[in-house]
Amino acid sequence: MPGIDIDMLNTLHLDVLKEIGNIGAGNATTALAQMLNKKIDMGVPKVNILELKNVADVLGGPENLVVGILLDVSGDISGMMMFVLEQRSAHILVNILMERDIHDISEFTELDISALQEIGNILTGSYLSSLAALTKLTIISSIPQMAFDMAGAILSVPAIEFGKVGDKVLFIETEFAEGIDHVTGYFILIPDIDSFEKILTSLGVSL
Amino acid sequence: MMDPNLIIKVKMADLNVAKSPGILTTLGLGSCVGIALYDPVAKIGGLAHIMLPDSTQIKNNSNIAKFADTATVKLIEDMINIGARKDRIVAKLAGGAQMFSFSQSSDLMRVGARNVAASQAILTKLGIPIIASDTGENYGRTVELYTEDGRLVIKTIGHGIKQI
Repeated sequence: MPGIDIDMLNTLHLDVLKEIGNIGAGNATTALAQMLNKKIDMGVPKVNILELKNVADVLGGPENLVVGILLDVSGDISGMMMFVLEQRSAHILVNILMERDIHDISEFTELDISALQEIGNILTGSYLSSLAALTKLTIISSIPQMAFDMAGAILSVPAIEFGKVGDKVLFIETEFAEGIDHVTGYFILIPDIDSFEKILTSLGVSL
Repeated sequence: MMDPNLIIKVKMADLNVAKSPGILTTLGLGSCVGIALYDPVAKIGGLAHIMLPDSTQIKNNSNIAKFADTATVKLIEDMINIGARKDRIVAKLAGGAQMFSFSQSSDLMRVGARNVAASQAILTKLGIPIIASDTGENYGRTVELYTEDGRLVIKTIGHGIKQI
């Protein structure tokens, strides 16, 4: 089940992917704002294309503690979707939602962890539903799984999928802000090669 | 404390070799596997950070450090080039975790275990004994191979530090 060979993409493909990311992340932000009942600002998403060697250097370096949320994608397309947050961003989201004042991951209670999982669920779910609406494809997502660990270890999961067909990884960086608190999150959509073609074709672009 | 001047970093899909007292390290191994080789007489070490089990299953396989089979062969070659002898080389393995647990454990989720099995298979085929391992589980690992004595130090978040 290979992912996308990033080297195969031209500027038009990248623009389409960027726009999908833009709409997906925009929808996710709206959902987050509703959940938190706060005004949330979103920066323009950035499409990052990185060499495998350098993947682990984003998110504060390979040993930095991050939160990864992963789900399986099936239906008309298949693959994986991941949402990754730095530790500090995870604290901010939980602090807003649960009205807490957490500064270290060890302070998370089980309830805080399920709140974070729910945030991940809503963000990835709304991202994928906007993709489904845009492409008119049926997209089913599994229940998300969450892990706290080193950035390198978490990012090895999507990196391996991309690594099956090439030496580059593509992901979409999104920044949210609530007041003075900035939360940076990364959406990584990893469709297999046929699914990628289906997405582009459904939008009138050929591979 | 380790001397930062002695550290040689090995990135994802990368490999490198060093003579004593060099320290080879790779950070944040998840489902990838760190293959650490050592010649105790020449005090020469080699470390690879592999991502996938088998180069023959992948069309675009020019990046030899990415696969267990091709990376191991290259690592041994590079060690011999700086004075190691193949019949003295021993191996230690770390990594190959399953970072996320899904109820329907698809092929994609078992890649960590497959990376470990492929690393063991290629080492056995090449006649390199595996003298220690710390693999599997569900957490990330940073490894440091000290070429002065061949010890492999494994660091984790929340699962302690160990030496194999």
